[in-house]
Amino acid sequence: MLPLVLDSVSFVVNGKALIDRISTEIGEGPRTVILGPNGAGKSVLMRLCHGLLAPTSGSIAWRGAANGRRRQAMVFQRPVMLRRSALANVAYGLKLAGFTPRECGLRAHDVLDAVGLAPVAGRPARVLSGGEQQKLALARAWALGPEVLFLDEPTANLDPGATREVESIIGQIHAGGTKIVMTTHNLGQARRLGDEILFLGQGQLVERAPIGQFFQQPASAEAAAFIKGELPWH
Amino acid sequence: MALNRGAWTGMVLASTLLAAPVPVSAQKFITVSSTTSTENSGLFKHILPIFKDKTGTEVRVVAQGTGQALDMGRRGDCDVVFVHNRNAELKMVKEGWFVNRHDVMYNDFVIVGPKSDPARVAGMKDVVAALTKISEAKAPFASRGDRSGTHSAELRLWKAAKIDPARGKGQWYRETGSGMGATLNTAAGMNAYALTDRGTWLSFKNRADLTIVVEGDKRMFNQYGIMLVNPEKHPSVKKDLGMAFVNWVVSADGQKAVADYKIGGEQLFFPNAGK
Amino acid sequence: MNEILLAVTEAGRMIARLDGALSEIVLLSLRVSLTAVILASAIGLPLGAAVGVGRFPGRQALIVALNALMGLPPVVVGLLVYLMLSRAGPLGQFGILFTPSAMVIAQTILIVPIVAALSRQVIEDAWQEYREQLRSLGASQLTSALTLLWDTRISLVTIILAGFGRAAAEVGAVMIVGGNIDGVTRVMTTAIALETSKGDLPLALGLGIILISLVLALNAGAYWVKEAAQRRYG
Repeated sequence: MLPLVLDSVSFVVNGKALIDRISTEIGEGPRTVILGPNGAGKSVLMRLCHGLLAPTSGSIAWRGAANGRRRQAMVFQRPVMLRRSALANVAYGLKLAGFTPRECGLRAHDVLDAVGLAPVAGRPARVLSGGEQQKLALARAWALGPEVLFLDEPTANLDPGATREVESIIGQIHAGGTKIVMTTHNLGQARRLGDEILFLGQGQLVERAPIGQFFQQPASAEAAAFIKGELPWH
Repeated sequence: MALNRGAWTGMVLASTLLAAPVPVSAQKFITVSSTTSTENSGLFKHILPIFKDKTGTEVRVVAQGTGQALDMGRRGDCDVVFVHNRNAELKMVKEGWFVNRHDVMYNDFVIVGPKSDPARVAGMKDVVAALTKISEAKAPFASRGDRSGTHSAELRLWKAAKIDPARGKGQWYRETGSGMGATLNTAAGMNAYALTDRGTWLSFKNRADLTIVVEGDKRMFNQYGIMLVNPEKHPSVKKDLGMAFVNWVVSADGQKAVADYKIGGEQLFFPNAGK
Repeated sequence: MNEILLAVTEAGRMIARLDGALSEIVLLSLRVSLTAVILASAIGLPLGAAVGVGRFPGRQALIVALNALMGLPPVVVGLLVYLMLSRAGPLGQFGILFTPSAMVIAQTILIVPIVAALSRQVIEDAWQEYREQLRSLGASQLTSALTLLWDTRISLVTIILAGFGRAAAEVGAVMIVGGNIDGVTRVMTTAIALETSKGDLPLALGLGIILISLVLALNAGAYWVKEAAQRRYG
């Protein structure tokens, strides 16, 4: 499926360009972190890449299969669980992806083990804690065996302990061969989890660089200011 | 307590079983349309079981106002019509909607009114004179106003008295547009006079302050008739079963059943078939 | 006040001696209204889900129409069904008029808008919450509608009960299409109307108390089920 090629992609709502002519390529390998201040368009860009939104102009294409939807997954900032057990939530996604009932059961159990949720597999998902639900969302996505995993601010609502656990799981998923594309506004997390940075500002791709270079020698003024922790006023 | 899929399925099944469609019986039956006053008098509860014992046929009575009952026959939604409006019945027989009409029985109307009797008509034997006094006194009068046999009889009596009660509409003349029982409820509630059939009155339990004030005038006799819906107009009519009922009602057996029906020892209906 | 006391005593007496005629009337009322609500749910729930999840031209107009039809006067429905089922009408040859089946048909027509309009609201609200996640997992509109129907089942039970209450309480429709035939189509509401017209108010009130108690008991039971499920599933 990869690479994902964006060609002058724009997303305009009510005359305002939330994404403004972005052209870039997201390829195999490095963990890509999309960074930027609030309102820069990170979430919108994620949804465009995942296919939840369609660009108003420009094109987004997977250089590979015509319909690559099944082999990519997304984890949102707020996990959305169905009114059924944790195990059933994972199995739901697997069933939609076409796995046999037996495979659904096996894979679901395996992935819950891997994320440490095996003890609560039978509990209703909606009574789990915020951290547990987010780990469950990760498990649900991981079970599909996606080629690309999009994550939109996955730890924004979690406490430090849960955040650590989630970051660890993301590491495991990457180690298994899945491409990670993640947004965050947390610099520390970007440093911990990223291999390359896409820095957005006001809907535009301001800068793109490997992680070391981005933090030590940012090429743009906005990036430099962001790293310093200053808010860009307009 | 867990409410798993099993519990939900169980609840749905239970309610489905409870809601199982009412079994269609093999019971043979006919549909008779009659009036609310006849039904409320309790006559059917007395005579229909006798007919069922004899022939095994169930008689299902749909009770409405006379106008509706006749209309139902015209539309073919029943097999037999049993009402008390001779003029309307004969007219519709002439028009071809019904066949085999017979007189069955008569009962009488009475005028009921408050014990305080503001129009001073209690004990009068002349209904026309009584109605004249009621209209002159502008005493409250509750009318059915619903195209029923009773309503038609009432209007005939006003006409005989050469009075147009519509002049008093909304003041002393109150049209309820409902059945006999509902009209009596209204009369009891506002201490008004009303024309009612004796049968409904005898079984009416909400009398409040009302009592019979005028009775016995021959002009208040109420003739009942029975007839079959014309099978030529409506082939779906149960001709044989329907005629069995018609013939039984006017036979010696049926006429005796009618005469035997009493409330508090008093006979309500006086058989007069073939007389 | 005296009337009401008489009515309560009358009601008590009827229940205590397990009055045969009363049992027949109560059972018929339950069967007619329960059948109607099951049929109406079979039609109304999928309809509500389809309108809640789908996007098509005329959708807004349909929503307004469904909401308005909730207020259909029972007596008007009765009249229309009567005209359809009358021998002089289009469906006369089936001979359904003045049978419990006709009553079921009329009540079903009455309840479908209630179930459809209210479930539409519930499902549309849930759709707002679930939409992105379900689309991300690859669920089609049909699958999403079915998933939402199951997930909102607790609220749907309340809606179905509201429909049952409406059916059990109405008299206008069943009177006209049923004919209030003794032993065949006499239900609680038509029996109450009859006894009232005969001036037997204590008996009528007594029947009314029994009817209200039945509906109350059902609602109490459903409320308890809802609370238990809410605590369990979240």
